[in-house]
Amino acid sequence: MLTCLCDAFYGEVGIATVEVLQRIGCRVEFPAEQTCCGQPPFNAGDWAASRAVAERCRTVFELDDPASVVVTPSSSCAAMLREGYAMLFPDWTLRAQVFEFGEFLVRHRGIVEWPGRLRREEPIRAVYHRACHGRGLHLGDLHERLLGTVEGIEWVGLPQAEQCCGFGGAFSATHPKVSTGIGMEKLAQVATTGAEMLVSGDMGCLMHLKGLLSRQHSPIEVRHFAQVLAEAQ
Amino acid sequence: MSVPKVEAFARALRGEVVTSVRTASAAKVASRVSTLGEAFDDIESARTEAARIKDEVLDRLRDLLLEFEARATARRIQVHWASDAAEANRVVLEICRRVAEPGAIVAKAKSMATEEIGLNSALEGAGFRPIETDLGEYVVQIDGDHPSHIVTPIIHKNRVDVARSFVREGLGPYTEDPAELTMQARAKLRDVFRQASVGVSGANFLIAETGRIVLVENEGNNRFSTTAPRVHIAVAGIEKLLPSERELPLFLKLLAGSATGQRLTTYVHLISGPREANDPDGPEEVHVIFLDNGRTRVLEGRYREILRCIRCGACLNVCPVYRQVSGHAYRHVYSGPIGAVLAPALEGIDAIGDLAKASTLCGACEEVCPVKIPIPRMLLELRDEAARAGLGKRDIPWKRFATLAGSELLWRAGLTLLPIARKLPSALGREWAQKREMPMREGRSFREWWRERS
Repeated sequence: MLTCLCDAFYGEVGIATVEVLQRIGCRVEFPAEQTCCGQPPFNAGDWAASRAVAERCRTVFELDDPASVVVTPSSSCAAMLREGYAMLFPDWTLRAQVFEFGEFLVRHRGIVEWPGRLRREEPIRAVYHRACHGRGLHLGDLHERLLGTVEGIEWVGLPQAEQCCGFGGAFSATHPKVSTGIGMEKLAQVATTGAEMLVSGDMGCLMHLKGLLSRQHSPIEVRHFAQVLAEAQ
Repeated sequence: MSVPKVEAFARALRGEVVTSVRTASAAKVASRVSTLGEAFDDIESARTEAARIKDEVLDRLRDLLLEFEARATARRIQVHWASDAAEANRVVLEICRRVAEPGAIVAKAKSMATEEIGLNSALEGAGFRPIETDLGEYVVQIDGDHPSHIVTPIIHKNRVDVARSFVREGLGPYTEDPAELTMQARAKLRDVFRQASVGVSGANFLIAETGRIVLVENEGNNRFSTTAPRVHIAVAGIEKLLPSERELPLFLKLLAGSATGQRLTTYVHLISGPREANDPDGPEEVHVIFLDNGRTRVLEGRYREILRCIRCGACLNVCPVYRQVSGHAYRHVYSGPIGAVLAPALEGIDAIGDLAKASTLCGACEEVCPVKIPIPRMLLELRDEAARAGLGKRDIPWKRFATLAGSELLWRAGLTLLPIARKLPSALGREWAQKREMPMREGRSFREWWRERS
């Protein structure tokens, strides 16, 4: 599942995800009729609109089929399928196996090391931001552990890591003062680490933080988890 | 686009308030994590157990309330029932009129239930003088303010604010030293305890099996307020029960750790009733007023688990939105994530359901909750309920979005038009772009890449 944001803006993240999956020997399919999982209207409270979109997603990804394995580079979309649909459709059971991308690599495929080196002249100092939807999925620090095995990156811990980036989907536009206030707080914590690269597993968080960073003309590089793995050869 | 109330409040908020709230909250988050880590071998199972116990209380609430009444009455504690705020205030006033002179001082220990019913203004209206004896609540009272946090009522103020208030009230010479400020308040409050005819407190827990009232605190003012005056009145929500004192250690540790990052509060009081003939001190009468005020309705509805809450405030401290807007933005005595559910559950979503939308749904609240209240799930349900009731302005035409997402062709056409659409003026785009660059297509299109390679 590509996700709306990667479909609209961040195709490279989708490409990196596929490349990594293929590198570990997966056969990847991309149902071109996929659109959205229905999370934006679900979070906004319009569950009728959300159900319409979600029902389509159930069919496209064959979520009733236990043999179907869905991988998506976003804990937000994965959480929608696993937790949100249970609220939208109380009488329906998810039978397919749905994974957030990092979760698939580490928990499903048992990958604990990523042999490879970032193609940079100098090691780069980086921080990882845990996307909030990983909480419900109990992802913990699995992304950081795997990324920690990539050569050429000096990882530094992000203080107050439990704090959200402030995106929150439509919240970012309906509550811009609060949303950007939270985002600036996150970036202030990033700044204390002296990081040159900010990595996360969700383009929602990164789109918001990137928007703030580029307005400040910050040189901090913003990368998705999948892009770092794909770049490491 | 109309500005949501919480957002509007944040826009008008002074920067110093945000700094005060953020600094104190972050410190409390850190001390909570370290304390609970030391206090419990397995904090996860402790939280699960606490949630189970509170659910059992809610399931057996009627029986446990009657059991408490029987046991407490046997201890000569007088039990009263109040279906709403007005009734609770009336009971307090009746007791005060019977035992105290007009104009008498009522010493108040910190209590959210009495905030909820607006007891201070009821007492003042009847000619009594309620005086808050918790340091933070005292500052709130002399400033004519409201507490902005369940546990730390003046988290929105700094020491300079307090210093100025104390000089204004003539409590002593100007000082910004917290210890000296505390001593000034202490000197003033000692007289309050000596003179008060009635002491009013809340209750952290009420034990059904023994009929005892449990209070926790750090300042000692609860001890004075509940023992020095002739009469002690405790006002408590009906959900504050625990089945027995066997559950108490778990809850005392969870509450202290979650609220203030302490292994245990400085004081823990188990109040067993009025003074006995041979006791050297203590009140002559002890009353418990059980407050419903909408709780029975909540108990029967979709947000039942919110009544597990033990008022630790951990969800406020960790909440990124709360840290930006402070407690007053929530327009209710209960603020932060717990308030965003409890306030509309008690008052109705038409009155204050907008709070549910002032959240990023990050889930940090549920992660820290000592009784595992699924707050994010409830916020989503409140949003659904509000939308179905036709409440709140819809800023985004989701029906149209669903039509777009209902067809591959329309969806792809929409994506193709996006680079143009993002240049068109829109309210949402304007709000986004005030401090953030608009997102743009970066690198290759996934769909084109996929098509070309297959």
